[in-house]
Amino acid sequence: MNIADTDSKSANSSCANEDSSRVLLALKSIDKNFLDKNILEHISLTIEEGQIVTLIGPNGAGKTTLVRIALGLLQADAGTIYHRSALRIGYMPQRVHVEPTLPLTVNRFLKLANRRDRGLLSATLEQLKIAHLGQQQLAEISGGELQRVLLARALLREPELLILDEPAQGVDLAGQAELYRLISEISDRQGCGVLMISHDLHLVMSSTDEVICLNHHICCHGKPEHVSNDPAYLSLFGVSAAQDLAVYTHHHDHEHNIGGDVQEHHHD
Amino acid sequence: MYKSITMIESMALFLTTDFVLYALAAGISLALIAGPLGSFIVWRRMSYFGDTLAHSALLGIALGLISGSNPQLSIIISCLLFAFILTILDRRPSVSTDALLGILAHSSLALGVVVLALADSVRVDLEAYLFGALLTIGNADLIWILLVVALVSIVLFWFWNDFVSITVHAEIAEIEGANVNRLNLILVMLIALTIAVSMKIVGVLLITSLLIIPPAAARSMATTPEQMAVKASLIGVVSVILGLVSAFYFDVPVGPSIVVVATLIFLAFYFYPGILKTRV
Repeated sequence: MNIADTDSKSANSSCANEDSSRVLLALKSIDKNFLDKNILEHISLTIEEGQIVTLIGPNGAGKTTLVRIALGLLQADAGTIYHRSALRIGYMPQRVHVEPTLPLTVNRFLKLANRRDRGLLSATLEQLKIAHLGQQQLAEISGGELQRVLLARALLREPELLILDEPAQGVDLAGQAELYRLISEISDRQGCGVLMISHDLHLVMSSTDEVICLNHHICCHGKPEHVSNDPAYLSLFGVSAAQDLAVYTHHHDHEHNIGGDVQEHHHD
Repeated sequence: MYKSITMIESMALFLTTDFVLYALAAGISLALIAGPLGSFIVWRRMSYFGDTLAHSALLGIALGLISGSNPQLSIIISCLLFAFILTILDRRPSVSTDALLGILAHSSLALGVVVLALADSVRVDLEAYLFGALLTIGNADLIWILLVVALVSIVLFWFWNDFVSITVHAEIAEIEGANVNRLNLILVMLIALTIAVSMKIVGVLLITSLLIIPPAAARSMATTPEQMAVKASLIGVVSVILGLVSAFYFDVPVGPSIVVVATLIFLAFYFYPGILKTRV
């Protein structure tokens, strides 16, 4: 397996020149086996600046494995990985075990990522609305708050690429929508690419550019509207899941923030 | 009145005796680095790992005595070697590390005792290595200890943030650019070095407790990793001093009495977490 560090490698040659400079990460024909089982077969995907790519698929489909290969935490058995030279990645893992014997405030946890830039720290806390958590113990905050703190840690690296493994885990439904909107906002504002894993297409629909439906191989991919009507998607998730989409496209006159409080819409 | 004067006099005598001063210097300086290192052992759940290292050190002593090399040096080398082997084994998740550590710990301890018994040519005070002999510390021992303490302090200070980061979440740390495998190895080597030179103080069987009990006692009083490490050091220093004094007055072995004092402090903080706050 090769990890190419420059723009000129062959993995990227199919892209047009003007596009290739925008490519952050490109995986080509990735294979991965555990024992004799094929976890990933011929997976190719590309993430460009400002683009949000969402991986969906059932449990055990290989989503996390694929993300770990993209991160370089796991070696692929075959295929090539291209990433832009000195690419800064912000990573939000799926599960974080907070060791109870380790005293750690939210602020101290975040300073592990970036010790010097205090301005960036307070701006990020402000942006994610978690400034009030700074002095609290990491082990004592709620699931939704922990997800925001983890997102903050990833953002403190000033990433060009954000890789998020189920960012909305442990967050209630309305809070999930808010979190996805926040991720989309960050991508727009900072121009970073996003690769994320999600269980629910309907929740990420409005905030994703490309959906890849994964079940060991890529079943279908494309715009979210397209994927939601794809027979491969319907057979994987069932027709009822697709019908749920209609439920979630109606508009609320209020919403709940991550803590569950009602927030009125303010139109101005 | 009369009694209290003799107490003061005997205390003065106690504190100016050479071997007591040596013991204090060695014990206090080791307690200072045992605080942060022991905190890492607690946070990373490595106490069994520390035990295995300590037990295997006895085999190192035995082999060193037979081959006629410097005993302190052979303990250090064998500890570092065992630490290296254990770290490599630990990277293979398919092997049951827990059972493996248990087998290694007790087989190397047994082998060490057997080898020492077979070597007729050398007379060894086995009890000194098992339970420590702080009061027999000489010039050369103290220099070894101070060198190791200085080295460990410098490396700990230099890599502190990295060590905390890989302990909190190794994968995030790796994505952020830390070389996790190398940092793990360095940390384990620091622990191995500290265990190697601590052997004379508390002995093979009690070393892990000197590393683990002070951080456990400090946990309830800390809100950051740094606070826990520093407070663990202070508790360790107090345990060494009180342990030495009580060993002197009650005529009991020093190593175990240091551990007993540390345990009493732990119990006090465990059952009365606010014990220090009420006075302030």
